[in-house]
Amino acid sequence: MLSLGSGGGKSTKPSFVSYVTPEDMKIKEKEEGLRSKHPYLLPGEVVFCSANHVLKYTQEDVSQRGVYGTLLCTNFKIAFISDESASQETAPPFRNKLLSENDIPLTCVDNIYGVSDEKKKLIIGGQVKSKYPSKLIIQCKDLRVFHFSLTYAKEEEAKKIFQGIVHHSLEPKSLKCVFAFSYCETASPSQASRKSSLTLMFETKEDWSVELGRTKGNCKVSSANEDYVISEKLPQFFVVPFAVSDDDILRFLGKGIPFWCWSHHSGCALFKMACLPTIQEDGISQKYMHRMLDAVTQDQLCPVKIEDLSSCLPALQDLQLSYNKFKQLFLIDSTTEFWVSDMKWFSSLENSGWLEIIRQCLMKAVEIVDYLESAHTSVLIVEEHCSDLCCVLSSLVQIMLDPYYRTRSGFQSLIQKEWVAGGHSFLDRCNHLYQKEKEVPAPVFLLFLECVWQLLQQHAPAFQFSETYLTVLSDSINIPLFSTFLFNSQHHRDTAIKPGHPEAQRSPLNFPSVWDWSLQFDCKAQSLFTNPLYVEKPIQDKALRKTSHQKHQRQLSLPNTLSKPSPRKGFFKEETDNLKKIFLGKRISKWLNPTESSKELYESWQRKPLDYQGLLLPYLDGPSVRVWMQRYLRWVPEAQIFGGGSITTVNRVLELASEIQDLQKEVERRSCRMNSSTAWTQVYSGPPLSARLSSFPFTATHAWSFKPAIPSSIRQSLGSVSSLADKEDDDCQGSGVL
Amino acid sequence: MTMLGEFGFRLKTQTMASASTPTYNSNNLENNSSKNASRESLRMEPLADVPQLPGEERITDKDIIYICPFNGAVKGKVSITNYRLFFKSFEVDPAMTLDVPLGVISRIEKMGGASSRGENSYGLDITCKDMRNLRFALKQEGHSRRDIFELLFRYAFPLSHSLQLFAFLSQEKFSENGWNVYSAILEYRRQGLPNNKWRITFVNEQYELCDTYPTVLMVPFKATDEDLRKVSAFRSRNRIPVVSWIHPVNQAVIMRCSQPLVGMSGKRNKDDERYLDTIREANGQTAKLTIYDARPNVNAVANKATGGGYEGEDAYQNAELVFLDIHNIHVMRESLKKLKDIVYPQVEETHWLSSLESTHWLEHIKLVLAGAIQVADKLSSGNSVVVHCSDGWDRTAQLTSLSMLMLDSYYRTMTGFQVLVQKEWISFGHKFSSRIGHGDKNHADADRSPIFVQFIDCVWQMTKQFPTAFEFNELFLMTILDNLYSCRFGTFLYNCESVRDNMEVKEKTVSLWSMINSENGKYINPFYTKESSRVLYPVASMRHLELWVSYYIRWNPRIRQQQQNPVEQRYMEMLALRDQYLKKLEELQISDSPRIANNSNSPASPTQLVHHVQTPL
Repeated sequence: MLSLGSGGGKSTKPSFVSYVTPEDMKIKEKEEGLRSKHPYLLPGEVVFCSANHVLKYTQEDVSQRGVYGTLLCTNFKIAFISDESASQETAPPFRNKLLSENDIPLTCVDNIYGVSDEKKKLIIGGQVKSKYPSKLIIQCKDLRVFHFSLTYAKEEEAKKIFQGIVHHSLEPKSLKCVFAFSYCETASPSQASRKSSLTLMFETKEDWSVELGRTKGNCKVSSANEDYVISEKLPQFFVVPFAVSDDDILRFLGKGIPFWCWSHHSGCALFKMACLPTIQEDGISQKYMHRMLDAVTQDQLCPVKIEDLSSCLPALQDLQLSYNKFKQLFLIDSTTEFWVSDMKWFSSLENSGWLEIIRQCLMKAVEIVDYLESAHTSVLIVEEHCSDLCCVLSSLVQIMLDPYYRTRSGFQSLIQKEWVAGGHSFLDRCNHLYQKEKEVPAPVFLLFLECVWQLLQQHAPAFQFSETYLTVLSDSINIPLFSTFLFNSQHHRDTAIKPGHPEAQRSPLNFPSVWDWSLQFDCKAQSLFTNPLYVEKPIQDKALRKTSHQKHQRQLSLPNTLSKPSPRKGFFKEETDNLKKIFLGKRISKWLNPTESSKELYESWQRKPLDYQGLLLPYLDGPSVRVWMQRYLRWVPEAQIFGGGSITTVNRVLELASEIQDLQKEVERRSCRMNSSTAWTQVYSGPPLSARLSSFPFTATHAWSFKPAIPSSIRQSLGSVSSLADKEDDDCQGSGVL
Repeated sequence: MTMLGEFGFRLKTQTMASASTPTYNSNNLENNSSKNASRESLRMEPLADVPQLPGEERITDKDIIYICPFNGAVKGKVSITNYRLFFKSFEVDPAMTLDVPLGVISRIEKMGGASSRGENSYGLDITCKDMRNLRFALKQEGHSRRDIFELLFRYAFPLSHSLQLFAFLSQEKFSENGWNVYSAILEYRRQGLPNNKWRITFVNEQYELCDTYPTVLMVPFKATDEDLRKVSAFRSRNRIPVVSWIHPVNQAVIMRCSQPLVGMSGKRNKDDERYLDTIREANGQTAKLTIYDARPNVNAVANKATGGGYEGEDAYQNAELVFLDIHNIHVMRESLKKLKDIVYPQVEETHWLSSLESTHWLEHIKLVLAGAIQVADKLSSGNSVVVHCSDGWDRTAQLTSLSMLMLDSYYRTMTGFQVLVQKEWISFGHKFSSRIGHGDKNHADADRSPIFVQFIDCVWQMTKQFPTAFEFNELFLMTILDNLYSCRFGTFLYNCESVRDNMEVKEKTVSLWSMINSENGKYINPFYTKESSRVLYPVASMRHLELWVSYYIRWNPRIRQQQQNPVEQRYMEMLALRDQYLKKLEELQISDSPRIANNSNSPASPTQLVHHVQTPL
């Protein structure tokens, strides 16, 4: 053990305590010969630059502990390889096959700070000069924070690695530079595993027909955009009301077309629509809109309600701003910072506004559910391009109404349908290419996952997938490998994967889909994606699956007596007028209080025992909307409950589930009915309960020196409560001792 | 309809009834003697579904309007007994009932006058100690509220009217006797005491050393009774340092006491100094005795003015003093009041989080937990500690009992927790009577404070962070809190043991633990996994602390709906499923080979199942 100064020379800060000093290391190197540390590289991955003797450290209280190693930058990731021999303990239980513990995909880098002379400065791509900071703090989009010290690295190497990291992770690049392209050129084409999965990709006419048939939708699949002849934003196939002709679709290049999302058993349905271009002759667009609405209402058989999202939900910029504030609360540099920020925790959360945005989205979704479920009114969600909040809302509505989307394959299909086929600009919103002047980056998809998480934590038995699944999915957005999240539309993807030169005689690149989970996790780890609390559908339905029986399940969510004569029957002039105004750019904000408007829905829903295969509504009062602890607090050591957390109960449920399976098997064996095949899901067995952290399965389990977290700097917090604080507990009534 | 919360009211509809089948999670206080009650009440005019305990007597009935903050005005009939206020709506579908033990009532006010205008403006406004207010409206003609107001006032505050608390009138009988749960000697023996370093003293047998301490005390072997008397002169209200708990391995101890009487002049007391050093030396590895003063530093200093203070560095050279910054009873009282403002009747909507923060309630919880964590951590590392505040019966009790809960898994069992409460709170003189104000009309008494509620909240926070570590469930904690006020049991009555002896509480009242232990199945946490030597360190950070919604906001029907824990519910279903399989398997075994039948266990009963699960699979 040796203390080393921290670069700056005059530093008075506590110094690093490391297991190995550079001097020791040199000796070690000589001893072990030229055993260079080879990073684990994926097919197509190349190392750009690397630096030895980099110190990775964590800041605990006053002492800083660190490990020496090599910092590399490849075309895929920033990696740190420790000089210490590979972890003596068993490999982390929940390992991503693509990434090790200290790997940061380039697209996962959120912010980099340079520390020179104890000053922390945000590094901005393109402004890097030859000087390099002595310490690097890398904040990741999955909320990890890495601290590296370059003080002991060779100057040349340090400079190179710094510039390399900044260049490759913070500067604009072209799509072809994204790692997926190199990967797919090299990797053997992935086995067509997506075929075997139950996820509908919505790339073919058949998928849409299946979905239409499943929900008994009264619409048609349109091929008008086959080969993207009309619009590059739209998928090749989509579903529209029967009355919408190919000419209608062509008219405004797909804008102003009601796209079908989902049909309610009552016959009403959910549609979405992009706004018409504003500069249109009034008469034409008005007449056109009338026709489109008539198409939706099936010539006024079914009433329709129009929901213009721009008037009631925050703009994308607000989303981004709010999330930036919110995530900052979890990117914690040191223990001191943790406890200082703890004092104003609730108000900081509130000030970020992120939970409020989640609440608003859920509220809006409930409103739409209310129209479909209680009033049997079709709903048309309108948004400028119908590919952002529109996707959030339409997906949420479907999850609340249709238990199919709460299964894993259903959920994945939903994301394919509403987000991928729906043309959500993943690439622009995630800003993977760092092209500043282009579209607004905004965590729209993450917002959706957040909303789903709220539903999941409130109604766990309704979901087949677990919280861990959602967290891993949110992480996968930042791994630049999956076609799911890399493009702005299906057309964008189809052109990107085409071979550069037609004469190259090469088939299109076969990008993996994120749903190909085996690429990231082995079976054992994937078992953590399954929610052991899930209440499956009654067994008799299993045999009859794929038939219309699913429909019957859904319709039991509310008593049918509720189909009172709707006050909204038919669509009114008022609605069209309203719509007209919207399309003319004059937006009317009619801010209904959603809690009021859907009160009846809640009341009738609450009066019945909760059916996890039926309608699901979120609780939206203050205490019910929470922080997604697993995602946001998993890397914060101070926030870990040693041997505790809700994971402990989930684990008990898992154990019991496996015991039940054993019994079931035994019963079957004894009753000689070996023929029935029970699904033999592997039950995850990790370290004993007491040795786990509440962030399981995320935080590495090794080398966790446990010390209870004792809040520091709490003294100031209650500074001036009131004069009461100075009062004595018991107003002394002259006790004997005084 | 035993499912209906005794203290709650509830919209009773057919669907509700079917919705409430799971019995383990409804926040009710149930008495298994209600059947007996109905038999006894035959003497009186039959009153359909008014619950009645043995010994409970009806005082009056009256037609009244209940102004429900959630559903508006409801017409019905109110019955007052010497134990409760019971309201039942005339409307049957949905019927509404309200069942409030009179002990819960803190204040009764008349609202409106005979000439008040407006509908339902004339009546009664009742403030309760359990986070709710009740409003009743009456007809304005003929001073209709006078009788009911006077009767209610009389029976809600019996001690202010020379009446007896209901606990002394109750005739309830239970199969278990809760007064036998705790014996100081047996509890010390469980800890391995006395030993060659620590001895039991009976110097306080007649409460002559300290009238707020129990009779049995554990003190250093080296200290004579004479020493103890000398030390007691230097400790506020003679509450000398005594052992609360000893670490089974490193023999470090938690001592509790009151502040030293240092005063403005900075008095010293050689006996006290020597006594503390004896404590330090006892386990042989404590270099410095850590004294945790629960108060904020400034308050400890201010206490010097009234003769109190803290252990100075000069006088106690082998000790280090740590202030834990926990505020006094007045601050806590106001904090809970603020909390009530934002959750009752309506839950603050738009600025929920910042409103919650501004009550400081969770911040106080955090400080108390953080203090207890420090005590537990110190002890785990082999150092003995002394804990005190001013008098050593509020914050001190919180700190010692919580750190003991962290350190000793015994206290996390059903019985162990009862022992903990009996020992650290009841026997060591937490002033329940003054803090709660049982049967007393002085609602504004400055001595009242929710210190025990705060402690139970801290325990609840721990059960949330360690859901498998506690044998009892949330209902158990809520039942304790409900009976903290109800005056149905003798458990929480009076300020200290000497008074309880005088009042013959054990002889004349029933213990809360009698009821709980007679039907403890419903208070069991199905997830409980026994892990004997594990120290629990909760994370005392706002990131993990949460408002105990199902207690503080339980009167709000909309919130209550959400409180059925789906994980627990599902787990119970799975337990039942396993039970089925076990049964089936057994049947098969019997039919397969009759000779195995003798060996196989009988079908596991639900409680057996719970135990069975504890064994690692």
